[in-house]
Amino acid sequence: MKNYIKTIFKIVEKDLILELKSKEVINSMLIFSLLVVIVFSFIFEPGAEYKDEIAAGILWMAITFSGVLGLNKSMINEINGGNLNALLLAPVDRSAIFFGKVFSNFLFLMLMELMTVPIFMVFYNINLFEKQFIGTLLVFIAGSYGFSVLGTLFSLISVKSKTRELMLPLLLLPLLVPIILASIQSLNIFYFSGSFENASKWLKLIGVFDIVFTCVIYIIFDFVVEE
Amino acid sequence: MNSNEKKIEKIIDYLTLILISIALYFAFIYAPLEKVMGAIQKIFYFHVASAWIAFFAFFITFLFSIIVLINEKKIYDEIASSSAEIGIIFCTIVLITGPIWAKPVWGVWWTWDPRLTTTLVLWFIYVGYLMLRKFVEEDDKKAKFSAVVGIIGFIDVPIVFMSIRWWRTIHPNVLQKGGGGLHPDMLKALIIAVIAFTFLYLSMLFKRVKVGLLEDKIKYLENKIRN
Repeated sequence: MKNYIKTIFKIVEKDLILELKSKEVINSMLIFSLLVVIVFSFIFEPGAEYKDEIAAGILWMAITFSGVLGLNKSMINEINGGNLNALLLAPVDRSAIFFGKVFSNFLFLMLMELMTVPIFMVFYNINLFEKQFIGTLLVFIAGSYGFSVLGTLFSLISVKSKTRELMLPLLLLPLLVPIILASIQSLNIFYFSGSFENASKWLKLIGVFDIVFTCVIYIIFDFVVEE
Repeated sequence: MNSNEKKIEKIIDYLTLILISIALYFAFIYAPLEKVMGAIQKIFYFHVASAWIAFFAFFITFLFSIIVLINEKKIYDEIASSSAEIGIIFCTIVLITGPIWAKPVWGVWWTWDPRLTTTLVLWFIYVGYLMLRKFVEEDDKKAKFSAVVGIIGFIDVPIVFMSIRWWRTIHPNVLQKGGGGLHPDMLKALIIAVIAFTFLYLSMLFKRVKVGLLEDKIKYLENKIRN
């Protein structure tokens, strides 16, 4: 168990050092998510009343699309030069390597959100955290984790296909429907009423999604990559 | 393929032919005409039967995907992928017959009801599954990767369904409370249609697996000649 966590930590450390040097993944994700936020703002007329109701949806679209972009970039970095194959040869638990990648992708996603969300709130003139700070924060964390778990698995699969990064959104988006839907709904509930009670079933749904897929992937991963 | 299997295949083929004819008789002649909806209601028997087969086919894909991860025998992968292909066909039939029925009855072609939306998401998941198979070249990788999609996709479906059910609902609940007001003759016609379609599925699966194994043989022989 100790070694398992250590492996995860080392993989995250490696990705962070690499990212601090190049800043490729985080920069492209950030710019892209901001672009989505800006482009989507043309849906409504300036100052329209109903914009508050769709704002959370737009934010999550920005997170989803730039997340897919980041996952692809981070996995292609691993494939280049056979890095991933070398990692898998290491005498450690393979699923630990996988979850290391999950956590570094999760970290990048959170970093991107940390910069996108405040800018988004300024542009759309809403404060998502006003009525329910902890709940809203929880949605971002749990939602992003669910996104990272499935996203990392399918980015690993899609980079090995002929079409490479094209394959990822096609596989990932239909599977992420519960995460996207539940995150948007709970953000809306928190923004309009701040009530934990109304949003709790959505939060539970995200929780179930996160736990189920973490366990399933933990069980099957060793079978998937054995050479 | 030995003579025993050939015999089973022939029996299934003839049974399918007979059962489909019976199902047609029951649906169009035996079952009474629905008072409000009229003839359009007849589509219901084949719509529900196709939906059942689609889910059943994807369940078989899920089952054989698990087996593929444990045992790499070619035939299991062939069954999993063939079942997914047939599932897509029936899923497409569901998505086409549904709107044909819905337009005169509900007044709209499409509505974002949980069952409709889940079926649509399901369709996208397995289209992704088949596309992935087209784009991964090495056979063992193809089998393993698509098995992952087969497993994760199937586990995802109930979560998708839950999330969309909380979102909205209007589908007629025919399968609740012992038929939910369905005329007993209609129920009979439905059950026969479901049985007939199950045999149709088995007959198609048999043939598709056979074709798949032959394709592999050709590929193997081609490689042998080339080298």
